[in-house]
Amino acid sequence: MGKQFFVLVAAVVVCAVAVVELRHRNRQLYVQLQALQSERDAHVTEWGQLLLEEGAWSQHRRIEATARSRLGMDLPDPRQIVVIRSQSAGGRQ
Amino acid sequence: MRVRHAGVAHPVRTWLVLGFLLSVLGLLATRAVYLQIFNADYLQSQGKQRHSRVLKDNSHRGMILDRFGAPLAVSTPVDSVWAHPATLAENRKDWGRLGALLGLSARELRELLARHEGREFMYLRRHVPPELAEKVMALGIDGVALQREYRRYYPLGPVAGHALGFTNVDDQGQEGIELAYDDWLRAVPGQRRVLRDLHGNTVELVESMVLPVPGKDLQVSLDRRIQYLAYRELKAAVERHRARAGSAVVLDARSGEVLALVNEPDFNPNNRTNLKSQVFRNRAVTDVFEPGSTLKPFTIAAALESGQFNARSMIDTSGGALTVNGRTIHDTHAYAALTVAGVIEKSSNVGAAKIALALNKRDHYSLLRRAGFGSSTGIRLPGEVFGQLRSPESWVPIEQATIAFGYGISATPLQLARAYAMLANGGVSLPVTMLRQTGAPVGERVLTERTTREVRAMLELAVSAEGTGAGAQVPDYRVAGKTGTVRKLTSQGYSEDKYVAWFAGIAPASNPRLVMVVAVDEPRSGGYFGGQVAAPVFSRVMAGALRLLDIPADAPRGAPSRPVLLVKNVGSAHAEPAQ
Repeated sequence: MGKQFFVLVAAVVVCAVAVVELRHRNRQLYVQLQALQSERDAHVTEWGQLLLEEGAWSQHRRIEATARSRLGMDLPDPRQIVVIRSQSAGGRQ
Repeated sequence: MRVRHAGVAHPVRTWLVLGFLLSVLGLLATRAVYLQIFNADYLQSQGKQRHSRVLKDNSHRGMILDRFGAPLAVSTPVDSVWAHPATLAENRKDWGRLGALLGLSARELRELLARHEGREFMYLRRHVPPELAEKVMALGIDGVALQREYRRYYPLGPVAGHALGFTNVDDQGQEGIELAYDDWLRAVPGQRRVLRDLHGNTVELVESMVLPVPGKDLQVSLDRRIQYLAYRELKAAVERHRARAGSAVVLDARSGEVLALVNEPDFNPNNRTNLKSQVFRNRAVTDVFEPGSTLKPFTIAAALESGQFNARSMIDTSGGALTVNGRTIHDTHAYAALTVAGVIEKSSNVGAAKIALALNKRDHYSLLRRAGFGSSTGIRLPGEVFGQLRSPESWVPIEQATIAFGYGISATPLQLARAYAMLANGGVSLPVTMLRQTGAPVGERVLTERTTREVRAMLELAVSAEGTGAGAQVPDYRVAGKTGTVRKLTSQGYSEDKYVAWFAGIAPASNPRLVMVVAVDEPRSGGYFGGQVAAPVFSRVMAGALRLLDIPADAPRGAPSRPVLLVKNVGSAHAEPAQ
């Protein structure tokens, strides 16, 4: 009887300590989770902004304007284009 | 000893005191039981109301990508400033500083607080720039906090405005693809319960009730390069001809994918403040017009399929006029007689009407119906209309005659594009889609391969130097297409001065890949014929699109006469602007 009682008391104490420990771990992990989530958010934000930036720089309107004005490029007139037919391209048609 | 003696001496007093104490104890116990057991729910909920809060956890909406993965719509996080009304109402002294930053006067703030009295949440200002959000938080006012929200950006701006649509301030799709595929793109906001202290700081997370789920990315069939070309050329044409509106659609003939879809007037989806429904109407799917001469190829196709005609059958079109049911059909130029191919090339209304009148009206109707007139294209864009195609039971001869050249039937530019894609695709009609397709599409055969080949050959004549659509020619490529110039139907009958200029075409004609339809509504200067207004748009967009898609040239051409000199020209063109 006495022995059983002490075993149970010990079990209760172990459980109580485990609960405290787990609760502590839970909080620690939650803090970690939040840190990682905010880090992820920051990366997602940055990625989105980079995508938008890329989109803005690579806008065809902009590229066309730059090519025409700064680089002096222009679409060649059809008369200036020489079409070279390869054997395979001819064969496919 | 004395005390005990005294107690014994006054038993009544002892019992009185004891009884009094016990009864008070009993009273306390009853109260405790009442609070703990009978009132527990109420009290607990009250306690929670004071400390526990459910916070919304927004997540980002899926991106819309073009067929090569370039972003067309991206959600990026922004902050919104919100307040706990009761807490902020007490901090009257901070109103001035807060209002100055957010642009709210004391009166506006008071009204806002009055409206949200008793609530737990109210927005002060949504979607603020990050610097402003930081400044607001630096004030450290109790009851004011930030909420993470998402704002949608469209890198292409007005170029793809109608096709993509836009979202509202809550990131819900309102128009275009954003609305059509909202379920797929939409993010499910999460919810979590937290404990807060008196100052509104989050102390502990109690539970995550719903985990936030970000929206899924959507890859659409648009090619942003072709989309831009179509946008640029349509806009230029609408401006040059001072037209009321315009639409252009480019389809991949083999898959039914929409490569470009543009409308004029356009709008910038990044700027939601000045949106009017007039401007964001996706005319390519919501506006119907009579297709006019662009419908003739289908009349001819019906004629060829019937076996009563072949490409060389002669049609008597003498006088350039034909009277049916007391109404007269005219040709712009009178020809004595035309072959069936000539009816297309010269765009003869009389010829088309005569052919149609010889056909079984049920077969004629069935062909138009299966080509997609009067029914959905399957595109799933909001507001799509199906146009008008009446059932053959009600057709009288004049109706069958006018339908032959595209009056008395109406269609959207997208429907017409789908019908031409059927001609381009060897007679198999495919559903039109805005999504990038990977598998082989399932279609329905409408015409025999042979008929479509013959019709395409006639359509090539129509864009030859002698045809009405010469303006649609593309250097190095063979092109098939048909112009249309339609008088607009007004409340006083057909208008004398309001037209719709059409062009529908296929390229390259030898091995069709692309289909494009251009419709310009009410051109007011520089001509109004489809060949003058719409065909050049087709030519310029196709020239670019065929090159961008690396489609081999199929037009025979002679060797350049002086290639060496031409190469030199390229060099000098480069040097010129540097002067």
